[in-house]
Amino acid sequence: MAEIILKNVTKSFGQIEVIKGVDLLIKKGEFMVFVGPSGCGKSTMLRLISGLESITTGEMTFDGEVVNNVIPSKRGVAMVFQSYALYPHMNVYNNMAFGMKLAKSGTGDIKQRVEEAAKLLQIEHLLDRLPKQLSGGQRQRVAIGRAIVRDPRVFLFDEPLSNLDAALRVATRLEIAKLHHDMGDVTMIYVTHDQVEAMTLADRICVLRDGYVEQVGTPSELYEKPDSIFVAGFIGSPKMNFLEGEFADAFDCSTLGIRSEHIDFCDENPVWQGEVVHTEDVGSDNYIFVEIGSKEPLIVRSPGRKGSVYGMKVGLKPQDQHLHRFNREGRPIR
Amino acid sequence: MFDFSKELDLEAQRRRAAFYFLAPMIIALFCVAAWPLLRTIYFSFTDTSLTNLYGGEWIGFDNYLQRRELSSGRVIWRGTLVDPAWWNAVWNTVRFSVISVFFETVFGLGIALVLNAEFRGRGWVRAAILIPWAIPTIVSAKMWAWMLNDQFGIINDILVRIGILERGIAWTASIDTAMTAVLIVDIWKTTPFMALLCLAGLQMIPRDIYEAAKIDGVHPLKVFWKITLPLVRPALMVAVIFRMLDALRIFDLIYVLTPNSKATKTMSVISRENLIDFDKFAYGSAQSTLLFAIIAIFVSLYIWLGKVNLSGEGNQ
Ligand SMILES: Nc1ncnc2c1ncn2[C@@H]1O[C@H](COP(=O)(O)OP(=O)(O)O)[C@@H](O)[C@H]1O
Ligand SMILES: [Mg+2]
Repeated sequence: MAEIILKNVTKSFGQIEVIKGVDLLIKKGEFMVFVGPSGCGKSTMLRLISGLESITTGEMTFDGEVVNNVIPSKRGVAMVFQSYALYPHMNVYNNMAFGMKLAKSGTGDIKQRVEEAAKLLQIEHLLDRLPKQLSGGQRQRVAIGRAIVRDPRVFLFDEPLSNLDAALRVATRLEIAKLHHDMGDVTMIYVTHDQVEAMTLADRICVLRDGYVEQVGTPSELYEKPDSIFVAGFIGSPKMNFLEGEFADAFDCSTLGIRSEHIDFCDENPVWQGEVVHTEDVGSDNYIFVEIGSKEPLIVRSPGRKGSVYGMKVGLKPQDQHLHRFNREGRPIR
Repeated sequence: MFDFSKELDLEAQRRRAAFYFLAPMIIALFCVAAWPLLRTIYFSFTDTSLTNLYGGEWIGFDNYLQRRELSSGRVIWRGTLVDPAWWNAVWNTVRFSVISVFFETVFGLGIALVLNAEFRGRGWVRAAILIPWAIPTIVSAKMWAWMLNDQFGIINDILVRIGILERGIAWTASIDTAMTAVLIVDIWKTTPFMALLCLAGLQMIPRDIYEAAKIDGVHPLKVFWKITLPLVRPALMVAVIFRMLDALRIFDLIYVLTPNSKATKTMSVISRENLIDFDKFAYGSAQSTLLFAIIAIFVSLYIWLGKVNLSGEGNQ
């Protein structure tokens, strides 16, 4: 429900500058994902927005109101911590109601809101339990429930799925997406280092790197028009193929990027030729690793499930409209 | 394939190894704790005297309680259990323990809360605060005895100068103030220890819980009562037990600071007096045995009431 604007925001811990001048607009009701490698400052950004850390220089506004010096509880934010941060000595009900009790809501109102949230997250039967009697996934729900009952303007998630196993992660991801849908106009900011999570959840993604914003855009914008080699390599799985040296020279660039699904096999006039050194069958697709003399083998998605034989000689040809050419600075040539 | 008898052997081997590791400790504990204790209990049922340690005869419970009928038909009771001096000592000990441990806990927790916050030089402060604890009791007791001296003591001097007192008080000698003096010194000395135990407990509480509370907008006082205190309680209980055990057998401080004051004589002091000074060795042994029993009962009660989990299992 809030539009958040960051203007030239920096954050230093002592001498070390961690956030190095970020300009960012987060629209009302959007699902914004901060993604980037570990240590790039994602959590710090989230904590700046929550108010748990104060910004060193710059300005931050919520719906036009400057919040630089506004304490967390007055910002109308709710946060789901990576470690859940549940109160270990309180049962689930009290964990969810604790923050509200102090907001002096009526008992009936509290009960109703906790029960609604519990129902939404299907944890009604757990209300009497202590956190230590819950599984990881259930704790996660309680943490989310606690955020929901606060009825915040802004929802903040810090790597909420990183402590769950793979299957649960996918299921919970789906539920968070659904939650955003159901809650309509609540702004959500979600931190992850996992680009798949970012791609599947986000309305828009903000890629961070070493305290700078590398690129902001919708998942497809980032996928199709990366603004740098870093983004091109970070977004998408398997990773984009990068070719340098004479391979790149042939296309008038310093680095040539091409995704595995944009390379075709062809026997006549191939652009590259090589030998199959490895194949990975992931079920839906078959990825063929072809040694063409570049630094790393080229990964090619095989259409359908056509198998390839190890050691087989193949000819390859990139789809011209999907070539990503980068200059020496790592910026795209368009 | 699998030899299951070997498997069992492994278990047995593990037990034996555990026993070997424990044996030195068990032997040491037996020599320095169990044996003296058993000897003392045995002595308390005899008429042993200091001059004839091995010539005591079994006299049953007479050191504790003895019924004697005089020829006039009057019945008189004797023994520790009807000795007013003993009950005075019990009362002194309990009063001292409860008051000193109470204040040490309150101050210790307060100091721990301050030390738990992030500030520059925290490491130094933490080390410095331990100084009173590190000074040997005899030394600090003597030091305080001088500071509390009625004529030359700095404390009386200050109090007189700022006009709180008209004339210096004989803190340690006066019946009315002796206990206060002992309490002040003990609290001064032991609060740091309590603070460190509390600090260890506080540092077990995950920081992010406090951040969650901050986002929830919980008032700091409420955070203390509803989050910090319940979560630090197990550590606090253990600390209080340790201190209580220590306080109930207080001896050195009182022996040095207020020797022979009826107002501060504790169970340990009085039993030593009987054992050594008055040559009532068996009688003193009976008092020592009672002291042991009282401490044991006290601690069991406390653990039972507080349901303290000393085994360390089940903590989050
Ligand atoms: N309280 C702090 N004091 C000093 N350095 C910090 C603090 N919090 C984070 N940092 C540093 O800031 C950088 C970014 O951290 P963080 O935002 O947690 O990264 P991530 O993207 O993995 O969440 C790291 O190098 C980290 O060491
Ligand atoms: Mg992080």
